[in-house]
Amino acid sequence: MALDRRSLLKGAALTAAAATVGTAPAGARERRAAPADAVGLLYDTTRCIGCKACVVACKEANNMPPDTDGYGGGLYDAPEALNETTRNVIQLYQGEDETSFVKRQCMHCVDPGCVGACMLGALQKREYGIVTWDGSRCIGCRYCQVACPFNVPKFEWSKKAPKIVKCELCVHRLREGKEPACSEVCPRQAVIFGTRAELLAEAHRRLAGHPDRYVPKVYGEHELGGTQCLYLSHVPFEKLGFRFQHDEPVPEVQQTVQHGIYQGFAAPLALYAVLGAVMFRNRRNGAGETGPDSPDS
Amino acid sequence: MPSSLVPIGLPPPAGGMNRRDFLRICTMAAAAVGLSGTAAAKIAEAVAQGRKPSVIWLSFQECTGCTESLLRTSHPALDELILDLVSLDYHEALMAPSGHLAERAREQAMRENDGKYILVVEGAIPTKDGGIYCKIGGRTALDLVTEAAQHAGAIISIGSCASFGGIPAADPDPTGAKGAPQVLEGKTVVTLPGCPANPYIFLGVALQYATFGTLPALDDLGRPLFAYGRTIHEHCPRRPHFDAGRFAVQFGDEGHRQGWCLYKLGCKGPQTYASCSVLHFGDVVNAWPIGIGHPCFGCTEQKLAFRVPLHDTAEIERPMPPDTYPAVAVEREGVSPVATGVAGLVGGALLGAGMMASRKLGLWPENGAESAGGAASAGKE
Repeated sequence: MALDRRSLLKGAALTAAAATVGTAPAGARERRAAPADAVGLLYDTTRCIGCKACVVACKEANNMPPDTDGYGGGLYDAPEALNETTRNVIQLYQGEDETSFVKRQCMHCVDPGCVGACMLGALQKREYGIVTWDGSRCIGCRYCQVACPFNVPKFEWSKKAPKIVKCELCVHRLREGKEPACSEVCPRQAVIFGTRAELLAEAHRRLAGHPDRYVPKVYGEHELGGTQCLYLSHVPFEKLGFRFQHDEPVPEVQQTVQHGIYQGFAAPLALYAVLGAVMFRNRRNGAGETGPDSPDS
Repeated sequence: MPSSLVPIGLPPPAGGMNRRDFLRICTMAAAAVGLSGTAAAKIAEAVAQGRKPSVIWLSFQECTGCTESLLRTSHPALDELILDLVSLDYHEALMAPSGHLAERAREQAMRENDGKYILVVEGAIPTKDGGIYCKIGGRTALDLVTEAAQHAGAIISIGSCASFGGIPAADPDPTGAKGAPQVLEGKTVVTLPGCPANPYIFLGVALQYATFGTLPALDDLGRPLFAYGRTIHEHCPRRPHFDAGRFAVQFGDEGHRQGWCLYKLGCKGPQTYASCSVLHFGDVVNAWPIGIGHPCFGCTEQKLAFRVPLHDTAEIERPMPPDTYPAVAVEREGVSPVATGVAGLVGGALLGAGMMASRKLGLWPENGAESAGGAASAGKE
């Protein structure tokens, strides 16, 4: 028994050592730049009047059924947030003395967490840098949902053959030479469509022109490695539900952790060492218990 | 502008109308059907050249409500309509002759305008027992409408009864009443359902046919899209109340008096394709059900009118966002260390209890037995 105990402790120590080694950064991952053809949206909270024309247009353009489960007892298409039938939604922030609408849709990150998490490449940045979902490669693991810092990809829980539902920037309309439905229909140009470079320039032009009107940053220029959908706001971004303000893209963290754990195959080796010790212990004990000379047999 | 009614067969009132009035009427008629200003000029030209469309108006199982509403148009007024814009050659309620003279007028008009006249059907056509439940001059409605349709240039069924049976076809439908499109299968019938149909829709269709020889774009039920392309709900003056969730729930309650949405009183607006909310009846503003505080009863829809109870609520075919907003998602509260500890204790206690229970059931090797066995084998060695 003493030996077992010792080996067990040894294994535990080895595992701990491996874990410590594992947390050390395993080589810096290169910060990515937006693709040359990157397109996106620029949403400006000071221009949005909350008419929800974009919500209606999005549903029509993407042929999505209404979500009548929420407010109003089935009379309205009233999604609370992005969900399996809603790729775009307008939410309201109501603070003490300031209010703001905020539009939610996929941010089309420059280095997306969902793409980093997707093990078979169902989610990838494809034409125009738009993150699209390829059903033929999806196994339904929903890692993308966990990995997304904006809580965007949704899973069709109500379907027998569920898909991942998210904004794909109306790529089917772009192919026809049209712009996304939401920006096309917006009556106040609160959301506009363009290349990422154009939108960034326009955002900075607005910031420079009315520094009193905005929080002095373009959300998505650097945040989480940059996004193709950009935001201007008169309310701090944290209050609009943008939880992360740091610049590291999600895949950097993912890779650091995973490459760290598997560096030199240390963690698996440690695990198998512990398992081996347990088996060894069991064999020693088992020889006494179930031996042919046991009085029970 | 002449305003007094003149029966058919009498000469127009002395002086008639001046050119400006006449052009104005034609413009109004064109505007009613959504045609351009140049179309108005063409209508005027056609009418001035004497190419007034011959109209034969057959009335069957009906209440004459559609004619009554036509009498109350003011741009153009009925006298202008029947004297200057169309040639109303047969209309039982409006024509001066009666009996054999009237029937002769119909036959003559059909002969003279063979293939060109506009046949208007008002009222349902009974088909049961050979159609004997509606006869004019000894001939059944079925017979009359079939004959008139054979030589007509265009067929318009005005009102819900002529379009799909309407009230006569409502349960229990003792006469087997049918609309003109069902009786005249294979022919293009422009249906103008409504109880009554808005007369301006009729004028627009009739004048477009008279001037251009064409019919407006129709939906799958033969209804002109310019008038029946959208639901009442889409243009309802009370729509903001619907979007804001403000409903009258009882006639005369606070909401009803405030002019709130009538959906919960059974309004069929969300399922009813018609232009009532934008094209007023008889030029009286708000003279339509919702305008006077009554739910729309879906008179233009075969699936609703006279079939679905008046105060049953309708399906919302295309739900739209309400006038409310979801809040920015609130951050989920994290789990406190204490809660985690408590949960762990509870889980451990459950596990322990399970183990103890299984031990009592004899599913777990007894410590005592194990050590006894070990001692025995050791002794044997």
